[in-house]
Amino acid sequence: MQSIIIDLFQKPGQYKKVAGFILVALLAAFPYIYFNNYYLHIAILVGIFVILSLSLNLITGFTGQLCLGHAAFYGVGAYVGALLMKNLQMNFFLALIVSFLVTGLFGLLLGIPTLRLRGDYLAIVTLGFGEIVRLVFINWEEVTNGPMGLRSIPAPSIMGFVLKERYMFYYLILIMVLLVLFLMNRLINSGFGMAMQTIKADEIAAESIGIYPVKYKLIAFILSSGLAGVAGCFYASYVSYISPTTFVYNTSVTILAMVVLGGLGSLAGSVIGAAVLTLIPEVLRFISDYRMLLFGALMVLMMIFKPEGFWGVSKRVKNIYKLKAGRRHHERDIKSQ
Amino acid sequence: MSEILRANNVSMVFGGLTAVDNISLAMEDNEILSLIGPNGAGKTTFFNMLTGVYKPTTGNIIFMDEDITHLKAHQRVAKGISRTFQNIRLFKDMTALENLMVAHPRCNQENLARVLLGGRKLKMQRQAIVEECEEILEIVGLKEKEGELATNLPYGKQRLLEIGRALATDPKLVLLDEPGAGMNSVEKEELTALIRHITEKMGKNVLLIEHDMKFVMGISDRILVLDHGELIANGVPREIQTNPQVIEAYLGKGMIDDEEE
Ligand SMILES: Nc1ncnc2c1ncn2[C@@H]1O[C@H](COP(=O)(O)OP(=O)(O)OP(=O)(O)O)[C@@H](O)[C@H]1O
Ligand SMILES: [Mg+2]
Repeated sequence: MQSIIIDLFQKPGQYKKVAGFILVALLAAFPYIYFNNYYLHIAILVGIFVILSLSLNLITGFTGQLCLGHAAFYGVGAYVGALLMKNLQMNFFLALIVSFLVTGLFGLLLGIPTLRLRGDYLAIVTLGFGEIVRLVFINWEEVTNGPMGLRSIPAPSIMGFVLKERYMFYYLILIMVLLVLFLMNRLINSGFGMAMQTIKADEIAAESIGIYPVKYKLIAFILSSGLAGVAGCFYASYVSYISPTTFVYNTSVTILAMVVLGGLGSLAGSVIGAAVLTLIPEVLRFISDYRMLLFGALMVLMMIFKPEGFWGVSKRVKNIYKLKAGRRHHERDIKSQ
Repeated sequence: MSEILRANNVSMVFGGLTAVDNISLAMEDNEILSLIGPNGAGKTTFFNMLTGVYKPTTGNIIFMDEDITHLKAHQRVAKGISRTFQNIRLFKDMTALENLMVAHPRCNQENLARVLLGGRKLKMQRQAIVEECEEILEIVGLKEKEGELATNLPYGKQRLLEIGRALATDPKLVLLDEPGAGMNSVEKEELTALIRHITEKMGKNVLLIEHDMKFVMGISDRILVLDHGELIANGVPREIQTNPQVIEAYLGKGMIDDEEE
């Protein structure tokens, strides 16, 4: 049995497609198998954190720039989305796009001064940004309603049809996660994605082959922060109530832990990391007092025995384009025979 | 013959140390030019100024009649200058083929929107990139190793792969920093043949740094000698071999015996 599973994941192409298809089918059937609001809630949270960890992986895992304030982008997206939907009755999907643009703009403004420099300046600046954003949420009462937070944020509606049931949110986030995964996969397996990864590996070598690190770092960071904003906007609409306590430093660290434990620079790793670290605190609820202790111990063990993460970086044997080189010549040879 | 590269009174000062001291040189199109000199003479520093890793403290650099002194490293690659490193800087977790692909301008300049949209045209463009890179792998003799991770290649092959990566940027001038270091004599002969192929068949210009005198004398059209950051000699190999100042510079460091084995 074990060997079948290993086979399934090591053989490229066909097997992976089958496995992926089965997985998606199972996820789609989930609300029918376990129709339980609590499970659905957890599944939706997993979905939100999958998007958050995937987005952080883009800048930290693939491009190698440490960001310690991801929850701030998540929060900005949530507040921007909530205010637009609540005060301007903006459509949810439009609000998603605006949240993406606004948080992406914050990413751009933070990135321009810091990503030009070599070194971990982004970590320091995003750490500070996280604190500033939290204080703004608390103190800018006219807009954010301070520590009380924002209430009765409307649910999404598609042409008059309101998504008010939990399973509808489940399908919405499932579609969003699959879309993000699909696009991220394209991005990573491209010349653009390869260029991003050279910056993580060696900036001087990257420059020596014509890659301008600032450009790729900046684009990766804008996409990363924008995507966190999208997750925030969805969250606001889902829970219909947001307050500053959600978007704190602890959340940033949790997202970072998901990326690191799952595997820096691995899409599957981010998904697994988000799922495991969302589920563990729930599963361990019965020993609530010792929950964080166990959680910490697990992280330490993981770092000792599998520092590359659950999934690690897959070892490529061919190339990122998944193209067989020299096929054209090969065909020509066959024809000429 | 036209001029491809010119350095005018270029200096590099690190704190109190003058690593490169007021050097001027010109490189003709289609010649193999070598830079030699004892350890710490300033050869690599000079390369770093040509490629934009360092900004010269004084002086300017002209490449194909254009002043490139203020261009960034990646912009100089677009102009047609590429290089290898003395301490190999390959992308270890990428395959041999990918190391070349990512250096290919049409690959690393792929447009984000097009990447996300996908499509047949993109796929065909990529097929062409892969094939061009395979041809370069063939030239440097690593065709069978294309799927191998760079880090798993033996040292000599890594040096060749780095030359391949430099070629993949489609340069006019290739700077090689000690390409033969760590190679055995057979590999060095192959390297000589490769450099000749690059200059004669591919029409590229090569400027190289090397310590192995036999290798340098065999391949160079002209040699420049650097000592303590200063240019002390400039001439064809025969002139350099008999130049008393050069012998002095090397004897002073006790190096000529080491290198000629
Ligand atoms: N970034 C730097 N900061 C300070 N000093 C430097 C720097 N780079 C080089 N140097 C110094 O400049 C001098 C020239 O070094 P360089 O690496 O150019 O020598 P080289 O001729 O390439 O020697 P080798 O044959 O050993 O490679 C040395 O004294 C070196 O210590
Ligand atoms: Mg050197």
